[in-house]
Amino acid sequence: MTARRVLLIEDEPNIIEAIRFILSRDGWRVDTHSDGETALAAIRTRAPDLVILDVMLPNRSGYDILHDLRRDAATKALPVLMLTARGQKKDRDLAEKLGVSRFMTKPFSNSEILSTVRELVG
Amino acid sequence: MARSVLAGSRIRDYRIGRGLRQADLAKACGISPSYLNLIEHNRRKIGGALLVRIARALGAEPAILSEGAESALTMALDAAAGAYPDTNAERERAEEMAGRFPGWARLIERQYREARRLEQVIERLDDRLTHDPFLSASMHSVLSSVTAIRSASAILANGENIEPEWQARFHRNIYEDSQRLADATEGLVSYLDAGDSEGRAATLPQEEVEIWLAARDWRVDVLEENPDADVAPLIGAPDGPATPAGRALAVRALTRYADDARALPAARLSEAMERITEPSRLASALGVPLATVYRRLAALPAVLCPDGTPWGLVACDGSGTLIFRKPLPGFDVPRYGAACPLWPLFRALQRPMALIRERVAVSGRNEGVFDAEAISDIAYPVGFDGPAVVEAWMLLRARLPGDDAGPALKVGASCRICAVPDCPARREPSVFALPDEAG
Repeated sequence: MTARRVLLIEDEPNIIEAIRFILSRDGWRVDTHSDGETALAAIRTRAPDLVILDVMLPNRSGYDILHDLRRDAATKALPVLMLTARGQKKDRDLAEKLGVSRFMTKPFSNSEILSTVRELVG
Repeated sequence: MARSVLAGSRIRDYRIGRGLRQADLAKACGISPSYLNLIEHNRRKIGGALLVRIARALGAEPAILSEGAESALTMALDAAAGAYPDTNAERERAEEMAGRFPGWARLIERQYREARRLEQVIERLDDRLTHDPFLSASMHSVLSSVTAIRSASAILANGENIEPEWQARFHRNIYEDSQRLADATEGLVSYLDAGDSEGRAATLPQEEVEIWLAARDWRVDVLEENPDADVAPLIGAPDGPATPAGRALAVRALTRYADDARALPAARLSEAMERITEPSRLASALGVPLATVYRRLAALPAVLCPDGTPWGLVACDGSGTLIFRKPLPGFDVPRYGAACPLWPLFRALQRPMALIRERVAVSGRNEGVFDAEAISDIAYPVGFDGPAVVEAWMLLRARLPGDDAGPALKVGASCRICAVPDCPARREPSVFALPDEAG
């Protein structure tokens, strides 16, 4: 059986390493990408089952990336789990308005991220 | 009770409020009940010794009976009642309250003002946490480090069989992140300590005025309608700047706003913008200084701006100190310390009267690209023998997704939170590990 694929778009190397480890152990194939500007192209090329998207990325915001994802028929329904260090209501509201599947604030626990990923790609 | 009521009516209200019969009060004051009746129905003027006797008998201040309770106190009570409508306080009786129970009224007024002051402090702190680029970036760094440490330590602690190579890697990550956390926290503490010693950082007068203007979306409607309007009530309102210095700066800001609105009324600007949107061409066509056009454009609500994209505005004086800050999302403007020396604003300062245009890309996360243009001007307010006063203004507009990309100058907010690794203009190290420093 082919492993389901997660594309993790995050620029903090140690967070990438931890999430990759947790999800890989659970049977996911984890690809990573660290730049906001080229994130959309990476998503289109790799066609993941789920995207984990950091909000504050170099060169382009996660919000902008989500906005573009939802305007493209090919990625309109793609599950997107958004991670952010900014958990204010307005940040959450903006993410929801843009069509996020789930919004998670840092620091999160390993079990939280694992259960959310499983839930989103059930 | 309206403030225009006459002294006789007040005496009557006080007497009834104290449960006194007309005859009893008249006797206590040495006058006939019929004469008191005439006074109470405002058919006889009252003043002098008789007013004092009546006031004493009623336990009220003579001035309150003759002039009404002081209007500021009444207005404050009214404002307090309006702020908490669920209390069903009888707003129409605010003056009566102030007159009959002046001590209690002052207590309510004092507590209301204190509550307002504390609310304003909270608003400023909240705003600072949201918009202060250093705090925002520091908090991001702290939370990212904590997240990485938490994840790695949970992996190591859950007792699973982890290969030695991975164990070593996570141990190293925890060490690196704890070091980074310590650095970021230290920087944050130093910054907050410095802010505290700068004189109640959250209540710096300039900050007060900027928060106050931002709450009005940087537009003063009363001056748009009439540049000669009296702005004192606006500045003195309960939500106005709280400190005398803040109010003084607000007066200065609104004086300039009025001058600009007079020189370039909104209707004239809107009409011209149907044909021209480029600021320097607007200035030429309308015959006004370019800095005036910048300020007028920055006061436009987003709905009136081309493509709904508002303008940001930053100004500095001859020392490079920022004196006006209307930031844009993605273009943070430091509130403390010096800004990025590469901003076109400072180049304009070096070349008075020369228009400087530059496309700038703000470094770091959420990088934004902005079209910036700046101009500086020299004035001699006390004549050419006096000192020259220099100001520079920089207008900013976010580049729209469909705009031509083109090259952009990499800039930051200030060196401490800038992520450009090899900037030739860097004054001090960044609080963040830059690629060439991370090893």
